[in-house]
Parts: sequence; structure tokens; C-alpha cells
Amino acid sequence: MKPARDILVVDDEDVITHAVQRVCTADGLTVDVASDAAEGMGRVLRAGYRLIISDVMMADVDGFMFLVDLRKRRISTPVILTTGMSTMQNAVRALGAGAIDFIPKPFTSDELLASVRRGLVYARLQAEAEATAHDARPDTIAWVPPPPSYYRLGYASWLLAERDGTAKVGVTDLFLRTVDAPTAFTLAAEGDELVQGSSCATITAADGLEHGVLGPVTGRVVEVNAAVAESPAGVERDPYFEGWLYRVLPSELQYDLHHLTACSSDRM
Amino acid sequence: MPFLRTLGSKLTIAVGLIALVTISAFAVFNSRSDERALLAEVERHANQLSEAVKSSTEFDMLLNQRERIHETVRRIGQDPSIQRIRIMNKAGEVIYSSDSAEIGKSLDKNAEACTLCHKAGQPLEKVDIAERTRVYRAHPDSGRTLGIINPIYNTRTCSSAACHAHPRSQTVLGVLDVTLPLAEIDKSIRRGQTEVILLAVGAFVTLILIIGLLVRRWVALPVRHLVEATRHVAGGDLNYVIAEERSDELGMLARSFNNMTQRLSEARLQLVQSDKLASLGRLAAGVAHEINNPLTGVLTYSSFLQKRTKDQPEVQEDLKVIVRETIRCREIVKSLLDFARQSVPKKGQAAINEIIARAASVVENQLTLNQVKLAQQLGADVPLVTVDANQMQQVFINLFVNASDAIGPDTGGGTITVTTSRLKLSPIGITQIKKAQCPKRHSLINAEVRIDNKPSIRVRARTEGSEGFIYRDPMYGLARHQFGIAPEPGMHVEVMCPECSAALNVHGSPCPDCGAATFQFEVPGKGFVEGCTNRACTWQRWTELEKGGDKDFVEIRVRDSGSGIPRDELPRIFEPFYSTKGQKGNGLGLAVIWGIIDNHNGSITVESEVGEGTTFTIRIPVEP
Repeated sequence: MKPARDILVVDDEDVITHAVQRVCTADGLTVDVASDAAEGMGRVLRAGYRLIISDVMMADVDGFMFLVDLRKRRISTPVILTTGMSTMQNAVRALGAGAIDFIPKPFTSDELLASVRRGLVYARLQAEAEATAHDARPDTIAWVPPPPSYYRLGYASWLLAERDGTAKVGVTDLFLRTVDAPTAFTLAAEGDELVQGSSCATITAADGLEHGVLGPVTGRVVEVNAAVAESPAGVERDPYFEGWLYRVLPSELQYDLHHLTACSSDRM
Repeated sequence: MPFLRTLGSKLTIAVGLIALVTISAFAVFNSRSDERALLAEVERHANQLSEAVKSSTEFDMLLNQRERIHETVRRIGQDPSIQRIRIMNKAGEVIYSSDSAEIGKSLDKNAEACTLCHKAGQPLEKVDIAERTRVYRAHPDSGRTLGIINPIYNTRTCSSAACHAHPRSQTVLGVLDVTLPLAEIDKSIRRGQTEVILLAVGAFVTLILIIGLLVRRWVALPVRHLVEATRHVAGGDLNYVIAEERSDELGMLARSFNNMTQRLSEARLQLVQSDKLASLGRLAAGVAHEINNPLTGVLTYSSFLQKRTKDQPEVQEDLKVIVRETIRCREIVKSLLDFARQSVPKKGQAAINEIIARAASVVENQLTLNQVKLAQQLGADVPLVTVDANQMQQVFINLFVNASDAIGPDTGGGTITVTTSRLKLSPIGITQIKKAQCPKRHSLINAEVRIDNKPSIRVRARTEGSEGFIYRDPMYGLARHQFGIAPEPGMHVEVMCPECSAALNVHGSPCPDCGAATFQFEVPGKGFVEGCTNRACTWQRWTELEKGGDKDFVEIRVRDSGSGIPRDELPRIFEPFYSTKGQKGNGLGLAVIWGIIDNHNGSITVESEVGEGTTFTIRIPVEP
């Protein structure tokens, strides 16, 4: 089924749906609007979209339930969640529930656009992967998933717990592929505190948009990968080994791991 | 409480009764034994007398000198301590007597003096010496008399005497009966008994008084204090303290009681605080949701507009301000949520003077309206600090607005002076240990037991026979530790991780102050903190911190010429929802400030004089 429109916005506040519509339409995208989850589900079932942006706190069903409902109906349209309850906990929960991104309100037009563009690329890559899923030997690999011993937060960042109690943190290949040509990485400094679910690094794309990478762990940065700060190309070449971003001393690793997805479970 | 139902009176009565029974038994026994001894003495005396009479008359009897015998008996019998001496023959006839009227009378064998030997009509011939004595009353109203009979046996000299009065076959020839009056003895016995009874009563009364006093002093009063204390505590006064001067079990009970009320009071304080924080969290969540939706409209449209009007510089400047300030609103709301969740600030290197200048420009209009002058005396040598610039700006905006409110709109204005300076301070006493772990990397930080409202460091301690937690003061150098266990001085204490029981003791490194065993835990990335296991010793060492010497701080003082804060309100002003502004404020400002400064490892203190003004002093470490 070819999607009728690009984006569906579900939010009970008119000002939000209008603002999103305004920004996305100006970017050349077609946008439909629904004011609650039931209406949103009706539209999805009727038409189908490339991307859904949904609020978390709505009158009838909350955003998390809406997401679960979609998956139950075997609708794999990528969902971006957004909420006024802009806490790290909600960000982590949203990504854990299968949302591809979490935009805390209020957001600027650029923040929205960056997330939407990544979402649309994600949808395309996902469609390509599904198309080649039945090929015994696909010609191209859409993206490289993190190694099985890694943990990931959504599809954005990964974490590798090391034996010495520190943890390496990096960005996933899929996230990099959804960013339109990264030109620069803005990283935290040594000694800075990272917070799980908060942006831990910013990737500037060729189109000028800045993409925040939600960090997988809370803790103090003990080492920054200097090679990445100098040249972002290294991350794209090898995001899981040479292209790590930080070595972090986690505050509560066990607690944080609880909210991450083990990459070993991705291959089942 | 009725007197008889108190513990003290019960104990006193019980001890008194036991004493009464014991003393009475002793008195009775003593009096009986006295009486027996006296009677035995009289009996011995009577026996001696009887033998003397018998011996002194024996010769005259052999010679049958009856007149001489009469005279001897009469003369001896004249002694006032002797009642009567008489000699009866075998037929019971009185032959000689000190009472001459009795001579010749025949005694009935059933008479008092005779029954001992003559039972059942059969004359007995041998009578035991002890049985020869008798104590009797001649008449019911006369005094007691002791009588002793002495049989006169037939001897060879008698049967072969010239008179031939007694045939050889006779064994007993007659009986000598001596009776002594017991009036004196009885008087002495009665006197003795009276003395013993008086003594017993005296001892009993004295004992009761002493026991009563001691029980009152050692038991009743301390127990009453305890009861009074429980009433106070039940009535909600958790600051009530019992004097702990005693060293016995009730003293220990008082100490445990005080300890318990102190714990209760701390727990209640935390409960109130966490209750307030929970309401703050709900409030923040509600505010965030309500405000963030309209803010999204503002931010999205303004940022969108800013992007589309890049060619119109005159609009660009204005839009930039709208976007920047809306983003600041976003950060404020977020920090409200962050504070409610005690999250970590986003820190970066920043110049505190610039942050203050920015905060000043934000509140400028409001201050001008209130005719408040903001004097900035910013030190030129103030170093960069690692802070969350947005949060710090919020701190100063809040402080300036508070100061302006304290000056008030109708006072004709006032001055707020903000000064910044750098200073060096010893890290001891002002550095908070925020992370602590055992060798297996378990966190020792305990948020439930707080010392000065900061999470303590919890370790498990074990001594011979007892085990408990020690809560270490998180402020290095202050040593306001709390002990859940009271090891005796000199006892070896094993300290371990509460989670995995990994040993924390440092072997072979006794405390330099008191020689007790020491232990250590790791502050990740900042070395080890050592401490002493002796409760009375305050020694601790954090080599990594101390070798760094004095630390650089930036001090910011915000002084206003406002109305001031009453002294009794000062300790509470950093509590959530505590407002001095009545309806006007929401009581969150200073609590948020406190949370932010605490998250920056800094400190905030307040001094105030009513009518003079208020000064807030903030110290932020240069090294994070």
C-alpha cells in the first residue's frame, strides 16, 4: 500500500498540530492531523503514512498505548513521540517502547525538522530492508546493527560495558545513515555528566540541521575519542569500534541497563 | 494512679512483707532460745541446790538426827530465792519441809509434784534427770514455779545404818523436792521479748522507709520520667529529651529512648520533605505539561519565522530574542522537572560575572518599576566555573526578584548589591562525598538516612555479638556520623559493604589518633576516604583531597536593603513550599535555588536582620 500522505500528526492541542503542519508543509511534505488516538488510528487504517508524530498525553489513549496498538495491528510505520512531560525518563521509555525518536516540547522548527527528516529516511531504509529480507544474499546491507554484546537506546546510541567498570558510548550505524551527510560532531568534554535520555552529542548535517543523539547512560565522561572530534568520517566508517564517542564512568549502570535493549535479542 | 498500683509501692510492700516475716520468725526463735537458756540455768541451779540439800542432810539421816535435818531444811528454805524444800517418804508423807505447816501431810500421788514418777498408779523408781524438773503454777493467777525432785536412793550405808529403818529390798527411800519461784526469770523473759518485738518493729519500719526511698529514687522516678517522655512523644513533641545521667538499665532505656525519638524526628522531617518533594513533583509535572504546549506554539512559529526571514535584519533581531527567551523558559520548566527528580545539571565552563549580567538584564524592567537599584560589584579576577549557565542564571533571577520583593513597591526603592570574588578555602568541612563504593563497586550512598539533609554513606559494622549500620557524614571533616551500633571502646569492629559484605577494614593501619582499627571506601575517581571504627574518634583521611590543598571557590553575595527575614524563619526558607510572601510566592524559588547550588557541589547560606536586609552567600567550587 503506497502511503497517501507523508506524515500524520496526533495531538489534542491544535496549536501543536498546526505548527507541525506549517513547518512540514513548508518543507514540501504532506501532513494529516488527528486530535486523538482513536481518530489517528482511523486515519492510519484508511490511508497509511510514511511517519507518525504522536503526543504522549492525550485524552483517550496515551502515546505509548497508541504505539502498542499500531504494532498489534502489524502496522510498522515509524512513530516519533513528543510530550510536554519532557523528562529523560519519558525519552527512555519512548525509545524502549519502539518509538524511533522522542522530541521534548517545546521544540524549535529545526529540531522538529531534523527529527522528521531522520524519521523519513528511517522509514525508507526500513522499507528497503523489508524488501530484501527474503533474499538469500542481498546485494546491499541497509545498515549494520551493533554487535550482540552491546546495548542500545532506541536506534540512536549504543553502550558497551567494559570490565573495568567504565562503559563505552557511541552512535549507531542506522542513526548515522538517517542523518543527511554528517559534517561535524559536537561532543561533551571530559568530566561532563551525561544523562540517559538526554542529548549526549550533536551531529551537524550538510543541510545545516543539528541532530541530537540521546545518550544511553548516566555518568561522568572520563575520556573523549579525540579522533572523532577531529574527523567525523571515522565514526561513519566504523561506528562500533574505532568510532566510539566517550568512555563513561556510569553512576548506576545496572539501573540504566534495565532501560536499554540488549543487541543480542535483535538477532533472534 | 492509685498508690497501691504503682510499681514502687508494690516493690516496697513485697520487700516489707518478706522482711516482716523474716524478722518475726527471728524474733520468736530468739525469744524462745533465750527463755530456754534462762530456764536451763535455773534448772541447773535448782539441781545444784537439791544435790547440796541432799548431801548436807545425808549424814544426819544416817545418824537419824531428825531435829538437825529439820533445822537444815528450814534454814536453807529461808533464802528468798527458794520457795520451798521438802522431803517425802515413800508413802508420800512429808517428813521434812521448810514450810513447817506441811510436815506430816500426805501427798496425793496425782499431785503436781508426783505425777512425773507415779504414772498409772505404778511407783517408778528411776527418773531421768531432765524429767525431774517441772514448771507449773500453783494457782492459775500465781507466778510460775520451777520444781525439781531428787529421789533419795537406798544405799548400803542406809540399809546397814544403826537405826535399820530401811530394809535392803527398798530402792527409793524418799524424794527431795525443791521448788524455786520463776517470777524474776519470767520478768526478765518478758522484758527480753518486749525488746525483741520493739527491735523487730523498728527494723521493719526502717527497712520499709529505706527500700521505699531507694525504689522511688532508682525505679519510680526514672520510670515516671520515661512515662512522661512517652506522653510527650505521643503528643507529637519529638524534641523531648530525657536526662541521661544514670548508668543502670533504666539509664540505658532512657538513652535508647532519646535515640529513638531523635531517629523518629529525623524520619518525620524526611517524610515531610519527601512529601513536599512529591507534591512538588506532581506540581512540576502539571506545570510542565500545561506550559510546554503553548510554549511549543511560540517556539515553533518563532523559530520557523526566524528561518524564513533571514533577509529582513530588523525582524531577525527581535525574533532572536523571542526564540532565545522561549528556550530559556523551556530550560526553566525542565529544571523544575529536573529538581523534582533531583537530576544532574548540564554543566559547562562559564563566567559567573556574565551570567549575573545576563540575569540582571532580564529583571531590569521589574527592578526599575520598583525603584530598586542593582549595584554590580563584580570581581575582575573571578575564574571560570563549571556550571549549568541556564540554571545559574535562574538562581540569580530568583534572588534578584526575591530581593526586589523584600524591598517592596511602596518603600521608595532600595538597593540590591551583588558582589563576586574568588577565595581559597580548605576543602575540609565543605566537601560533600556524593559517591562512595565498596571494592566490588556497590554504592554505599544511602538516601534514606540523611545527615544535614544530605545522603549518608552507609556501611555495615560487626563486633562481638552485635551488628548494625554506621551512617557516615557525607560532609568530609565534619564527622557527624550516626551509629546504629554501639561498640564498646577497644572492641574490634569489622566494617563491610552492606550489600556484598566485602571487608572495608584496612589491616595493619591503626588510627593515628586512638589506635583503633580503620576502614576505607572508594570515592570513584577521587581516591579513598579512610575512617576510624571507634565511635568516639573523629579521625578521617582523604589523601587525594587533602594533598590538593586549599580549593578555589567563587563567592557571590547578593545583599538587599529590604525588610529582612525574622530569625526563626531563616532555617526553613530553603524548604519547598515555604514562602514568606504569603499569597504572592509559590514557595519554590529558594528550594529550587538550593537544589541547583547543591547539584553544583556548592553551598548557599543566608544572613538577615529584620529592617536591615538580607544577604545570600553562594560558593561554587571552581573545579567541579
